[in-house]
Amino acid sequence: MNTTNEWKGFKGENWKNNIDVASFIASNFTEYKGNDDFLAPISFKTKEVWSKCEKLLEKENKNGGCLDVETNILSGITAFAPGYIDKKNEVIFGLQTDKPLKRIVNMYGGTRVALKALEAHNYELNKDTLKHFTTYRKTHNEGVFDAYTPAIRRARKNGLLTGLPDGYGRGRIIGDYRRVALYGIDRLIEEKKKDLLSEEIDALNLEEGIRIREEVSEQIRALEDIKTMANSYGFDLSRPAQNASEAIQWVYFAYLAGAKENNGAATSIGRNSTFFDIYIQRDLENGILTEEQAQELIDQYVIKLRLIRHLRTPDYDELFAGDPTWVTETIAGMLDEDKSLTTKTSFRLLHTLINLNPSAEPNLTVLWAKGLPENFKRYCAKISIKTDSIQYEGDDTMRPLYGNDYAIACCVSAMRQGKQMQFFGARCNLAKTLLYAINGGIDEKSGLQVIKGVDINTEEVLTYKKVRKDYSNMIKKVAKIYVDANNIIHYMHDKYAYEASQMALHDTVVERLMAFGIAGFSSAVDSLSAIKYAKVKPIRDENGVAIDFEIDGDFPKYGNDDDRVDKLATELVQEFFDAIKVHKLYRNATPTLSLLTITSNVMYGQKTGATPDGRKAGEAFAPGANPMHGRDCTGALNSLNSVAKIKYENCCQDGVSNTFSIVPSALGNNEEEQINNLVSILDGYFIQGAQHINVNVLNRDLLIDAMNNPWKYPNLTIRVSGYAVNFNKLDRAHQEEVINRTFHEKK
Amino acid sequence: MTGKITNIETMGSADGPGIRLVLFLSGCKLRCLYCHNPETWNMSGFRQEITSEEVLTKYNKYKVYYGANGGVTFSGGEPLLQSEFVLNTIKLLKQNNIHTAIDTAGVGENYDEILQLVDLVILDVKAVDEVEYKMITGRDMADFNQFVAKCNNLNKKLWLRQVIVPNVNDDEHHILKLKQFASTLNNVERIELLPYHSMAKSKYAELGIKYRLDTTPNMDKDRCKQLEKMLK
Repeated sequence: MNTTNEWKGFKGENWKNNIDVASFIASNFTEYKGNDDFLAPISFKTKEVWSKCEKLLEKENKNGGCLDVETNILSGITAFAPGYIDKKNEVIFGLQTDKPLKRIVNMYGGTRVALKALEAHNYELNKDTLKHFTTYRKTHNEGVFDAYTPAIRRARKNGLLTGLPDGYGRGRIIGDYRRVALYGIDRLIEEKKKDLLSEEIDALNLEEGIRIREEVSEQIRALEDIKTMANSYGFDLSRPAQNASEAIQWVYFAYLAGAKENNGAATSIGRNSTFFDIYIQRDLENGILTEEQAQELIDQYVIKLRLIRHLRTPDYDELFAGDPTWVTETIAGMLDEDKSLTTKTSFRLLHTLINLNPSAEPNLTVLWAKGLPENFKRYCAKISIKTDSIQYEGDDTMRPLYGNDYAIACCVSAMRQGKQMQFFGARCNLAKTLLYAINGGIDEKSGLQVIKGVDINTEEVLTYKKVRKDYSNMIKKVAKIYVDANNIIHYMHDKYAYEASQMALHDTVVERLMAFGIAGFSSAVDSLSAIKYAKVKPIRDENGVAIDFEIDGDFPKYGNDDDRVDKLATELVQEFFDAIKVHKLYRNATPTLSLLTITSNVMYGQKTGATPDGRKAGEAFAPGANPMHGRDCTGALNSLNSVAKIKYENCCQDGVSNTFSIVPSALGNNEEEQINNLVSILDGYFIQGAQHINVNVLNRDLLIDAMNNPWKYPNLTIRVSGYAVNFNKLDRAHQEEVINRTFHEKK
Repeated sequence: MTGKITNIETMGSADGPGIRLVLFLSGCKLRCLYCHNPETWNMSGFRQEITSEEVLTKYNKYKVYYGANGGVTFSGGEPLLQSEFVLNTIKLLKQNNIHTAIDTAGVGENYDEILQLVDLVILDVKAVDEVEYKMITGRDMADFNQFVAKCNNLNKKLWLRQVIVPNVNDDEHHILKLKQFASTLNNVERIELLPYHSMAKSKYAELGIKYRLDTTPNMDKDRCKQLEKMLK
């Protein structure tokens, strides 16, 4: 292939011979250490496009959160006619369907779930399609339920395991979309064809070998489809991108294909800003692009990402509030100990929050490192204070494990781009697991025997030794059920709803991570502490099931940098992970674990009875790894220190999510001080090996006002456990939960 | 030797440069109208005793957050009423290259050596004329004037502060007088006006002390900012 034009001026050879975007970036990017003075305001064209989108978004909001659904055409890369917002002013093209914000019906995940979602929004599916799926075609959801064990069904029904991706797309897979821009699709197809004939695949065991051949053939078809789809917009993706505008367009089309094909919960886009910057820098140097045009490209790319939508059921919305899509874009981080991957486009991307106002999507995620340029750190802090729309993750914590070309899927899940994928496994309720240990496996709400073969606790005052031993035993039993569920789910997902376009942008032999999770963490930990350090008396119903607890005396609470309880926390995470990793995983996946609930902490709490830490029945859990609301009362830094103790490497390696809210005055008297101090806090937090923090700098009064007068705050974006949401899109229960979270104030 | 304190703020961002450990020491000779820490007035009202070594340990626990700009601030109450403890602690902190500040009204005892060692003095200027000073604090200005003279002799770096209370000192005339006062000092790095707020009211009720500014509204923050501009 003749690539003289496309690759003109690019250095390095490795990446030319092998598909290796990381080496292309390392050889060609220009680190930027300056400040934000160069940034350009919103362009005329972008203003035109964005104002049309804003009107549509408002309409969508008024329409109960869904503007339109395509009911005649099913999901697929080439299924939809090209769509535009304002063709003459758009500079980056492509929509999921033929109209902005019109949602796709995806039946492959499950017929029932798709129909429920349609019904909730008063739409009816085309009759032929419905007949096809109810008569001839089996779905992921049906496959899963054919294989689920009775124990899994009980665990699921009683809220021990919730949010499992057994009726919706699992997501969390990030194609290396940059490959399409750098190599063009023809080259990628050529490589995949070579893989089909490779000895490595030939040497695989019978079943895995057959399966990979089938999958790679599907991947090749998907790559062809991406070309066809782009062609309908007038672009030729068979060849590499020639300039910045094409590079961004190619990457976006590749991503868009996945968003047309699948409805994965979190469909993140990877780590593109430094890659884009190489093209932008080349065009700027060649005098064919101005700063205004560069910003225009990035702004319009971001507009497109803000319009990604999936059709969801009310149940799903209850779990993940605010209609999130987790189009996570990972920014900055380090190349090595000395050089950062910060470029001018890292600034340009964050600057979209100013040019286009704050927004929940794309989920802008900065990889924070000690070695990031000071100017960039300060710029991040400034934008955080202004918009609350950035999350931070510890690059110095993750880079040693994932190298320098990983990206974040969803909220906190790191994976090497194009080399690792994830089987998303939702979460297990460890607070409920503790109640099961006390109640002999009987659910405290339904009264049903969920876990069998364990004795009920009859102690008048709970003794730590006994409860802890029973808890360990229960954790082992629950872990087994949890692993079984995920093995089944991903087997069926691969079989019935395979993400061909996204997997086509991975190496053919890919490492699979299976991501398990914990909910109700701080309640479980504080409960153990209460039993150990105070007197906890269960109040039992007529069947001997503890439905409430009397607590006599005080006990150390997680979130105060108190090792007596923080040790219980770190032990619990390790123990649960150990209980998981003894089991064999589907496709030899590597197990990982996260403390991340997103907003499901509210729903999990609703499904869980009173806990021995004094939490009332139905009360929301704290999100992710957060201390329980109001219990981290000895200061913000103690709260951070407790969370930072949770071990990431080889334990909670799918993420430790911490949502941190602070009132502006507690950060400093003026903007300059607030910026400096926020930088210091982030440095201090991550130096300890912490992995993630959401930063909200806001006043509680403002949130209460926003809850009561939503119209006054159309753009109020806040960070909730790993992603940002528009505050007005949360229901009242979630709004109240956010307001009740600990705000760190000046004493 | 221990210090008697009422509280420790581990993420202090208002009392000195950067993020700091702030100790609130017990005891004060002044009885300012607007005092927001009345629990510190009596030395016997302390809640905790702390040694210099414990202060250092505490600092080290959070030092990753304090970074290059942060440090330790002795506030109160009046930190210069526990001079021996403050001096010992400052010595220990200085040995460890930690930035130190005192947040004082300048009405203390035996503080000469502290003044020589401490990096920054945050001086609460209650008022610059005798009548008003007495009206706000209940005491004459002699101690304050002596403290100011000593700071000047040492060329000590100063941050000046004044609490602005509606109908007491929130007019331009007062601000110009403060500016005039500041110009007589050698090394003023910053002047801050702090808007009066009534958030401490509940503390007074708990302590059974009469709150004397019951009918005074909170100081408007924007107006306070405007007045602050006059000082530049």
